[in-house]
Amino acid sequence: MLLDKVKRGDLIKIISIADAGIKQRALRMGIVEGVVLTCAEVIPAGPVVLGKLRQEIAVGRSLARHIDVELLSRAGETIPVATRLKSEVC
Amino acid sequence: MVVKNKAEGQKIIVLAGNPNVGKSVCFHRLTGQYVDVSNFPGTTMEFCCGKLGNDFLVDTPGVYGLSALNAEEVLVRDAVLSADLVINVVDAVHLDRDLFLTCQLVDMGVPMMVALNMVDELPERGLELDAGVLENRLGVPVVPTVATTGAGIDLLKEQLFRARPGQPDTPVEKILGRYPNLSRSEALLVSEGDAEVAARHGLDPGDEKEKIYAARRNRVNDICAAVLWERGADAAWATRLGHWLIRPVTGIPLLLVTLWLMYELVGVFFAQTVVGYTEGVIMSGYYEPLVRSLLGRVMDLHSPAGVIMAGQFGLLTMAVTYLLGLLLPLVLGFYLVLSLLEDSGYLPRIAILMDRVMGYLGLNGQAVIPVVLGFGCVTMAIITTRLLPGRRERRIATFLLALSVPCSAQLAFVAAILGSLGPGYMFLYGFIIFSIMAGVGTVLDRLLPGSTAPLLLDLPSMRIPRPGNVLLKTWTRTFGFIKEAFPIFLGGALLLSLLRVTGLMEKIQQLLEPLTTGWLFLPRETAGAIIMGFIRRDFGTAGVMEIPMEPLQVFVALVTLTMFVPCIASTLVIFKERGWREGAVMWLLILALAFLGGGLLARVVFFARAISPAVTLPLTALAVTLALAPVVLLSRRRQRVG
Repeated sequence: MLLDKVKRGDLIKIISIADAGIKQRALRMGIVEGVVLTCAEVIPAGPVVLGKLRQEIAVGRSLARHIDVELLSRAGETIPVATRLKSEVC
Repeated sequence: MVVKNKAEGQKIIVLAGNPNVGKSVCFHRLTGQYVDVSNFPGTTMEFCCGKLGNDFLVDTPGVYGLSALNAEEVLVRDAVLSADLVINVVDAVHLDRDLFLTCQLVDMGVPMMVALNMVDELPERGLELDAGVLENRLGVPVVPTVATTGAGIDLLKEQLFRARPGQPDTPVEKILGRYPNLSRSEALLVSEGDAEVAARHGLDPGDEKEKIYAARRNRVNDICAAVLWERGADAAWATRLGHWLIRPVTGIPLLLVTLWLMYELVGVFFAQTVVGYTEGVIMSGYYEPLVRSLLGRVMDLHSPAGVIMAGQFGLLTMAVTYLLGLLLPLVLGFYLVLSLLEDSGYLPRIAILMDRVMGYLGLNGQAVIPVVLGFGCVTMAIITTRLLPGRRERRIATFLLALSVPCSAQLAFVAAILGSLGPGYMFLYGFIIFSIMAGVGTVLDRLLPGSTAPLLLDLPSMRIPRPGNVLLKTWTRTFGFIKEAFPIFLGGALLLSLLRVTGLMEKIQQLLEPLTTGWLFLPRETAGAIIMGFIRRDFGTAGVMEIPMEPLQVFVALVTLTMFVPCIASTLVIFKERGWREGAVMWLLILALAFLGGGLLARVVFFARAISPAVTLPLTALAVTLALAPVVLLSRRRQRVG
């Protein structure tokens, strides 16, 4: 499913970003393949606002159409708790 | 590279970090030197140097990484390469985003330390952070700070000596072994494919970028998981307010309320109440008579010298009155509102709300920021077009700003004149300005090659603006504006007086008659207003007040002068930002469009009045709509086909 189809409250995982230039810009902001994000807000016909920890990132609609995502859970449904990676200091 | 005359033993310390993390506040705290600070990414566009003890401290524009993705990244990359020490400012709440740059700096092996800023916001956002673990993971000192209050800044200074190169990522270390002759930082940039740095050493850029970036992203995620915990829900009211502001149902009413409040403060309180007092009472009531009576004792006020000093465009009368009585309070009021908007973090949210609408103009939502700022000062707004992602957007935004956005000074005169003509004229003026922007924007979007770069914007947290910063910023900018405008005003007034005294004004009026009376249907005296418009648009608009005309002529003159060439200051900035060639093309195009538009409008309004005087204005609005519709439809349809 493409990112422009998500709804507010969805938990999603980024599968792929089509455009190389966009990929680079998105990577800087932590939007990268495999990363899990929540959809904080969807502006009708406008940008999709993604949340990661406390950071919010607005993604323009035309850009969202180039990002393939996997829907992990819909709003209102139980959100699976990701196992926290615990690693010791080297 | 950045600091030229460095003495022996002096170090160059570079402040680097993501946009909007508080580098400039840190700079201010560390050096005592004020730099423009706002709550939106990209406030710092240029380098700023200051002294920190015996060393140089350099403030840099915010970047998300160092890889020549844009001009700012190139500048910051070179600053970091020439630095003896880097202070990486990091927003504690947005660690996940900020650590990407931190890890790149760590991989580069420059001696560095991390200022973990805004730690005071962690508890209310439901977060907990372990700075000790972060320090161990990165291998560089981490100092928690709250730059806005100054907490932790002294500790940061004390700990500077502990700055050291961090622990690079293991996969990166392997790759760096391939470039034994380069420093670690340059080796990293070359292997990440930085063509410029590679060329400096006669090497081919590496192709490990994706691999290194992916590994770095993983490392950041690892570190975040180890040092940052979500303890509770995000309880900050600011987060909720932030969501209301971008949801159209609540966001549009809130935007309208904000605009209305801005209008009340700037358009009513400052433009009428305050200006009424400063211009009407202080300057015209006390200052000007005093100057005239004092001058009258030493010279004849009707002699050429007297006219130059205290005549209609007198250096000591009109120039000073306009500047101090009219522009000073207006500009102060506008910058005050702007500072509040900037520091609250509202501007990027307007950008999100308007993204769709701006898309029609070939711009993305981010362009709202320059356009809003343009209603204050077009010159300053053109500089902020730099925060737009591409050249195409900067070009369109600059052109629209220069052509159709009236600045606060001009708007003040327009409001005063149209206010006396009636609300119908006011609405029609707004409608025409909007139509010009929409029409020209759509056409430019169609004609310029390429396509709009889509919006990708990280949102700053909503914050209550700090009164100290708002006032300091307002004052710094207002003072800067007056300092810059003063000589231009004096020069303009002198030129106009000279033209009048020497009789050249008469000749110019005769020369321009085909244009003024023939094409625009205006009295020949408007030539004076047009000449003044070349110096400053508000100057020209003010000139309209002094010419007796019928309302429709006044209206045509105002619209023409709004579209007219930007003021000298804006023109210079356009030349600087866009290059002289593109600047000259824009300037001439605007000049042609202003007269073309003005002449067409004159024909439409007089034709409409000939049909029926009662419905002149609605008919004009209809004609404008009819002219706009095919332009927009044609541009958009051909775009879809092509």
